[in-house]
Amino acid sequence: MSASPGAYRDASSDLIASDIEAYLHEHEHKSLLRFITCGSVDDGKSTLIGRLLYESQMVFEDQLAALHHDSKTSGTQGGELDLALLVDGLAAEREQGITIDVAYRFFSTEKRKFIVADTPGHEQYTRNMVTGASTADLAIILIDARRGVLTQTRRHSFLVSLLGIRKVVLAVNKIDAVDYSQEVVETIDKEYREFAAGIGLTDIVTIPTSALKGDNVLVRSENTPWYEGPTLLGHLEAVPNSEETQHGPFRMPVQWVSRPDLDFRGFAGQIAGGSVRPGDSVRVLPSGRVSTVARIVTMDGDLEQAQAPQSITLTLTDEVDVSRGDVLAAADDSPEVADVFEATVIWMGETELATGRPYLLKIGARTVTATVSKPDHKVDVNTMEHLPADTLGLNEIGVCTIRLDRPVPFDAYAVNRDMGGFILVDRLTNNTVGAGLLRKALRGSDNVHWQATDVGKAAHIAMKGQKPCVVWFTGVPSSGKSTIANLVEKQLFAQGKHTYLLDGDNLRHGLNKDLGFSPEDRMENIRRVGEVARLMVDAGLIVLVTLVSPYRAERDAVRARMEDGEFFEVFVDAPLSVVQERDPKGLYRKASAGEATNVTGIDSPYEAPENPELRLPTAEMSAEEASANVLGLLAEAGILNP
Amino acid sequence: MTTLTHLQRLEAESISILRDAVSESQKPVMLYSIGKDSAVMLHLAKKAFFPGKLPFPLLHVDTTWKFQDMYRLRDKTAAELGADLIVHKNPEAVRLGINPFDHGSAMHTDIWKTEGLKQALDAGGFDLAFGGARRDEEKSRAKERIFSVRTKEHRWDPKQQRPELWRLYNARVQQGESVRCFPLSNWTELDVWQYISQQDIEIVPLYLAAERPVVDRDGTLIMVDDDRFRLREGEVPMTKKVRFRTLGCYPLSGAIESEADTLPAIIQEMLLATTSERQGRLIDHDSKASMEKKKQEGYF
Repeated sequence: MSASPGAYRDASSDLIASDIEAYLHEHEHKSLLRFITCGSVDDGKSTLIGRLLYESQMVFEDQLAALHHDSKTSGTQGGELDLALLVDGLAAEREQGITIDVAYRFFSTEKRKFIVADTPGHEQYTRNMVTGASTADLAIILIDARRGVLTQTRRHSFLVSLLGIRKVVLAVNKIDAVDYSQEVVETIDKEYREFAAGIGLTDIVTIPTSALKGDNVLVRSENTPWYEGPTLLGHLEAVPNSEETQHGPFRMPVQWVSRPDLDFRGFAGQIAGGSVRPGDSVRVLPSGRVSTVARIVTMDGDLEQAQAPQSITLTLTDEVDVSRGDVLAAADDSPEVADVFEATVIWMGETELATGRPYLLKIGARTVTATVSKPDHKVDVNTMEHLPADTLGLNEIGVCTIRLDRPVPFDAYAVNRDMGGFILVDRLTNNTVGAGLLRKALRGSDNVHWQATDVGKAAHIAMKGQKPCVVWFTGVPSSGKSTIANLVEKQLFAQGKHTYLLDGDNLRHGLNKDLGFSPEDRMENIRRVGEVARLMVDAGLIVLVTLVSPYRAERDAVRARMEDGEFFEVFVDAPLSVVQERDPKGLYRKASAGEATNVTGIDSPYEAPENPELRLPTAEMSAEEASANVLGLLAEAGILNP
Repeated sequence: MTTLTHLQRLEAESISILRDAVSESQKPVMLYSIGKDSAVMLHLAKKAFFPGKLPFPLLHVDTTWKFQDMYRLRDKTAAELGADLIVHKNPEAVRLGINPFDHGSAMHTDIWKTEGLKQALDAGGFDLAFGGARRDEEKSRAKERIFSVRTKEHRWDPKQQRPELWRLYNARVQQGESVRCFPLSNWTELDVWQYISQQDIEIVPLYLAAERPVVDRDGTLIMVDDDRFRLREGEVPMTKKVRFRTLGCYPLSGAIESEADTLPAIIQEMLLATTSERQGRLIDHDSKASMEKKKQEGYF
């Protein structure tokens, strides 16, 4: 058969026309393969994808008409059909003539549906390639036969290997431009394999192709009689897709606790590893409790068995406590639980990594607070060399220690991508700024251990004879926080309670002397005050905190460090016009005169609490009324006698 | 251990997206446009939260110019589900009597749909809205995220979209911002039809060929669905056996002549067809890269 375009289309069209039911039956039993294509603008990557779409019937006549038109006006093939134009997307990048983001394309044959992650080859877009690779089963690395193995080939291969893709197709493209030379292909193949073995890639299939002319893409080329391997599409149709996680131990992060009525309590999630049957013994992590699977519930009826990556709902035989973010796992082969890790971090934020600053980390269905250490080293993606680094900038990759505010269940990324991959989210902008691969838990001597003490919190509480807690007054400057807290403390003191008032302004004279008013410093300020308050609660005290604390995420982080019922957020809510009128410290006057900057409510944001325990509209009530409300809240919570 | 079919894998992915989005948002809503993609999305949502009810309301941004069959299926579906259905009609458009005949498709779509959607989302205070868009529909959609962040003004900024790795989606937004979530991102038109057939999902009968009154407008067959249709002088609707590949406002939806009155026949026709799905949507032809523009302005 010769490489005439459309030959493949005709074959499947025949079946569609003659027996649609048979075609549909085949289609219904197709499997799915996700792959990524890596190469530069010049390697013919877009042309290759365009050809796969074109040949497998995914291009309709009107699109083809547009393609013919575009080929004449902006094509690079001298007016001939330019298949690359089928996939070059956004208007902005069309003008620039480059692909600037991850695009997903779809095509299918009689055997498989394919999802292609099309990613750019430019150095500054490592982020996009890592994103595309994270869900791929296989990678096609494109090489221009005239140019051989380049720096970018090594870079792409390194990222592919890092993200855990084991299967690689080396497409030596533009083979027509080197006279279909076997020698050229063999030289490139040898050089590539030597390099690839060093980064753990061994499952490599080399295919000489011309995306432009169609050689060995869908049909075997007469121009390469020396080549005996599969065509590119033939290989993609036959290669096993990576469902190897199906063979590992059972893992399912709980996404949703289903409680439609009192009789039903199900745990919904997508299986991240292995399989499960009713009667299987499962462990709930991080708690470690063990139970037994009662049913696998779906809308189509209960299942006898379910496997990765199905989405299911499980019920258990016991009433164990399970929440969103917990992992259900095989009881006899459970993941580790840890809070300090060694991880590879890929930085994707425009602003560099702030080491030591808290980020949100999402793994499975769980989001926790994390800090990232100074990198142990960073990796030059072109040479794979380890370099010293203080931090990570956009598109940089390094190995760091990650510390979480609470332990999470995990498997090493190399064993299970969904149990060991995480993202980092900036708490101010909410952007995804990093991705990471957990390598192992750290419990070495370089880590700080928790020293158990004999006289603990319970003993402190018993001696004080009171229930400790934090009352956290938040609000813009001059809203009335200190005045109210002061009244509350006097009342508590009069009732014989052991209290302490942590005043934000006062703390800035000592503990927080080194902090300014930048967002980062404000976050650290809140964190420190929260930690001091927590220690005081540990000591059995009722702690009143008056702190502007403008960021919701930081306040929530403090709350998360306390036990349930120990944290009361009191929103001292006064309109800007009122506080500007009051202005006892002259702060707003200075701000409007341009003498003070970073004033909350003026040129620095205040994020009001969404669900505070108490809101005090101080423009509408006196300080006495407000403090009575706080005392009422504490009485209701059983902190003090009514 | 068996190999899952591609439909099983797509279904599992979509269910997982739906569950994650609901868990990570404060006030989600599902855009329900009554089309085949909406029908599939709704079916997947029922599966995701079974045996519970849908944990969010359905929102129909109504232009008052949809096909009568669509309104019928919408009300029937909502009643059967016991779902909370919000129908929003832009009061400004109602007041001005915006319609495709006097105001043209661009203005009609902008005021009823784009503006109407923004109003409805703002009024409900929704921070996440599910939509049935697919990446294979149009070139500019191929790069759309599954969780797509919109500004307070509902604008889409291609530069501000977040990387999406593995199955880890980031639905966090600042107050006022919102997320559009597309659980069907990785489905193709063929997958959708196949799934409808396999799961026996009810769809608007207009997708199946039947004798219907149509007029020919510059080569496009438009169905005369009610007496608001403005016939040209001397124009008489003809009866033709037609069906629709996409459904929207009836004066803006092009019909195709077809004999396909069963699902397999539709799929067969689609596979052998030579025009792509969106060609029936008159709004896309207004200008090159127009979908990208609409998206930036807040169209779903």
